[in-house]
Amino acid sequence: MVKEGQQGNRIPSGCAVSAVFQKDGRRRNGEDIIRSIGLMHERSNGLGGGFAAYGIYPEYKELYALHVFYEGEKSKERCEEFIYQNFEVHSLSKIPTRKISQITDEPHIWRYFVEPFRRRLYESQIRDEEFVSRFVIKVNTEIEGAYIFSSGKNMGVFKAVGYPEDVGEFYRLEDYKAYCWTAHGRYPTNTPGWWGGAHPFALLDRSVVHNGEISSYDANRRTIEMYGYKCTLLTDTEVITYIFDYLVRRKGLSYEEVAKVIAAPFWSTIDEQEEAEKAELSYLRNMFSGLLVTGPFSIIVGFSGGILALNDRLKLRSMVVAEKGSAVYIASEESAIRLIEPELDKVWAPLGGEPVLFTLEGGAR
Amino acid sequence: MKKIKKSDTGHEELFCNTAPSGKYSKAVRTKRVYVDEKWCLGCRLCEYHCAHANSSEKDMVRALKDRTIRPRIHIESDEHISFAVSCRHCDEPICVKSCIAGAISKLNGIVRIDKNKCVGCLTCVLVCPYAAIAPSEDGPMQKCELCTQSRTGTPACVMGCPNQAILFEEVTG
Amino acid sequence: MGIHYLYPDYEVLRNFDRCIACRVCERQCANDVHEYSVDIKKMAADDTKCVNCHRCVALCPTRALKIVKTDHAFKENSNWSAETIQEIYRQADTGGVLLSSMGNPRPLPVYWDKMLIGASQVTNPPIDPLREPMETKTYLGQKSTKIRRDKNGKILCDCAPQLELATPILFSAMSYGSISYNAHESLARAAQALGIYYNTGEGGLHSDFYQYGSNTIVQVASGRFGVHKDYLNAGAAIEIKMGQGAKPGIGGHLPGAKIVGDVSMTRMIPEGSDAISPAPHHDIYSIEDLRQLVLSLKKATNHQKPVSVKIAAVHNVAAIASGIARSGADIIVIDGFRGGTGAAPTRIRDTVGIPIELALAAVDQRLRDEGIRNNVSLVVGGSIRNSADALKAILLGADAVYIATSALLALGCHLCRSCHSGKCNWGIATQRPELAKRLNPNTGYQRLCNLVHAWTHEIKEMMGGMGVGSIEAARGNRLMLRGIGLTDKELEILGIRHAGE
Repeated sequence: MVKEGQQGNRIPSGCAVSAVFQKDGRRRNGEDIIRSIGLMHERSNGLGGGFAAYGIYPEYKELYALHVFYEGEKSKERCEEFIYQNFEVHSLSKIPTRKISQITDEPHIWRYFVEPFRRRLYESQIRDEEFVSRFVIKVNTEIEGAYIFSSGKNMGVFKAVGYPEDVGEFYRLEDYKAYCWTAHGRYPTNTPGWWGGAHPFALLDRSVVHNGEISSYDANRRTIEMYGYKCTLLTDTEVITYIFDYLVRRKGLSYEEVAKVIAAPFWSTIDEQEEAEKAELSYLRNMFSGLLVTGPFSIIVGFSGGILALNDRLKLRSMVVAEKGSAVYIASEESAIRLIEPELDKVWAPLGGEPVLFTLEGGAR
Repeated sequence: MKKIKKSDTGHEELFCNTAPSGKYSKAVRTKRVYVDEKWCLGCRLCEYHCAHANSSEKDMVRALKDRTIRPRIHIESDEHISFAVSCRHCDEPICVKSCIAGAISKLNGIVRIDKNKCVGCLTCVLVCPYAAIAPSEDGPMQKCELCTQSRTGTPACVMGCPNQAILFEEVTG
Repeated sequence: MGIHYLYPDYEVLRNFDRCIACRVCERQCANDVHEYSVDIKKMAADDTKCVNCHRCVALCPTRALKIVKTDHAFKENSNWSAETIQEIYRQADTGGVLLSSMGNPRPLPVYWDKMLIGASQVTNPPIDPLREPMETKTYLGQKSTKIRRDKNGKILCDCAPQLELATPILFSAMSYGSISYNAHESLARAAQALGIYYNTGEGGLHSDFYQYGSNTIVQVASGRFGVHKDYLNAGAAIEIKMGQGAKPGIGGHLPGAKIVGDVSMTRMIPEGSDAISPAPHHDIYSIEDLRQLVLSLKKATNHQKPVSVKIAAVHNVAAIASGIARSGADIIVIDGFRGGTGAAPTRIRDTVGIPIELALAAVDQRLRDEGIRNNVSLVVGGSIRNSADALKAILLGADAVYIATSALLALGCHLCRSCHSGKCNWGIATQRPELAKRLNPNTGYQRLCNLVHAWTHEIKEMMGGMGVGSIEAARGNRLMLRGIGLTDKELEILGIRHAGE
């Protein structure tokens, strides 16, 4: 059985996504998000589920929290050796889980709170974020049986093969408190068998959950791989996360500008804009033409201090956004929102290609 | 006496304007066959299509095999240039005036010959500046009538020209 | 000479029951094949002169003619084909280099025909091109990924000069001299109407066509024919021709007989002199020399126009392209071994060079491996025969395709491959006024527009089937291709998987 991403094994899937974001930074536990994603049970088939949570490690908020899957002791040894060579490890432990019948064949799941060695950073002349992202890609491509699936500060991804509500229970998400939760349930068309393939996909503090199947996948992959990224899972979510990392962190684009690249308006729409806007839209679309994403997508991008929701230009997947007071809800279906927040101040479906961005009042903590 | 006017596509068209003034009505806006000598190859396919259109046979082989054709459009050429000539349906046609039997008339901008009235005097043949009139196989004179009476109903020379050298257009002015 | 080694390859078959002796075949054959015998009132044909151009067949109003391959045969021999034997007879007769026109006709693999295109179903909807926007607009030029902002934080939108195309198809280089004035006029007018570009080839730009300059790519070849400051500034882009797919490693040759009148004036050489383009550019012996020429052309045109470099697809094309991508060029054109030509030595045309499909795949991958794919746009040609070939080229990684033989076919060419005789019956590859007349640009440009419109529509249908709404998302999207009947090595070089995987 070929592992997902190996030998070109690309598994398309349909899905469900949901997210909860508190603009005032109030931290909630995972119960609501689990119920929300659980309502959309029929959109998944039990072969993948996961969550991303922001603000869950306030006591370690300056350190990178690495979540790692290990298939066996050997992989753990090799990986830990590599971690210790490059990072000062402040704390490590197994991620607490609960044994339930619905989740089986789990790998070893470990968590490390680390910071890069100052000397290493100085020698390599790169910033710590670049250092960590390269480290993660290196481990995931080169160390057999080890997979770092979360690598941000004060945030974490929790995923497995199973229905998302079961995954939430497995990871005891009711014990964590976060100002932002995103969740994903997967309906793959093949049996992945391997936990690393579940969603969300994360690199540094950026996590992406995605419902859709992008037809531009290989064009995007072959473009983004020019900049040092390695698409090992061959999933849409992976390449989209890399695109965001590249455009936001390395090119300094704002999230709205990224939307103008990946969900660029049609040329006919661009022609109707005023000169300055027309020039900017044409410039971004032309210079980054390899990063235009076509085919249905409905993504929720979580990052420290904010959340972004975006649909493809043709709006081929559902996405509903709602607000109540300081709380923001985003989901594939309105019912998934109403279940946890019956009364809403406003609720709408964003237009195709129109980014919806929320940030913490007062910036990221 | 000869005035040169341009048609819609810029082709030059020679008009005959022999009347002293106002005796005949001004140019009727009708479509005419125009030939661009730039593109005429002198291949004579127009002649054969004309002969076929004015025959009674649907199949060209049956219409024209082993016959000498008498087309109503004919090629004039030398080594440098060739040009297909047919009736210009002049504004003020000399042939109409010349016909002693009153067989030639102009209706809706098209000059026509009534075969039943033609007596075969050949005056029109002599006076036409374009040599567009000639005897038909059975006696009376014949000339291009823009395929209004032919099998095709629309000018066959235009359809048959392989190089778009013959056009069917309205004239301006 | 009393002995005839060469029996005509083709015979003219006339159905006398249908022939009406209209003599149009006689009037229109530039090779004097047909003749009318007045005494017996019958047409006759001399097969030895027939080049199988189909002019007479196409014009015969009763369809009385056809051209068939002769069934006069040598003894069967898998090693010594009739053609191979006859080539030796010719060389024994003349002592000369065998010359051929148009592209390599040999039965070598056509990889386009071994690749299949994907479609989206169930998990991902196809898009209906009649109801949703389907965008084929393409920009050729350097794409810089540097983001610079002004003091207000707004992105500065200056980039290297770009060529804007309504559809990713352009007309490839065919020189004035190898083809007629009317053919050039047809190409120029069609390029303008379609919103694409045509290429002057190495014969310079006729003064009458400067008006189409904004849809023209002017070529600078090794002979530098017709190259002067106004010429460089007249076009929308400049192309340095380093090589041509049909004859890699050698230059062009236009016999003195074709250098007459306007051809001579446009090329800036005396009438009757042979126009021989040298094999290399004599000021470009290395990659750094090329860089120097690229930069000086940019200087001469005030950095307003993209500079393109055209190379033939040869064994180390990936390495060469990598060098060119770092030389400041904006576009790299790769011409495959099936590319056409007005005249080339037969041996070179048939045996030198590699297929464009493999060259394109290798170059695109190499440029991506080195992280420099955005430095240049890739345009490929030689031979793109239909919209599926064009789309497959884009899926492999090209930004756009160049068509030449396809364009000539639209203008009336019947691939008789006798261009080098200068007696093209269709008015395309000739300078004789009575023959050039046969190509009416009013018809010609319309047919070219029809062809490109039709292909663009087909491309949109195929894109819709894949679920791709904009052509840039198809560029390099190799997962949309599958090979069929290809070896592992071929699949590896093309970077695609086998059908069924």
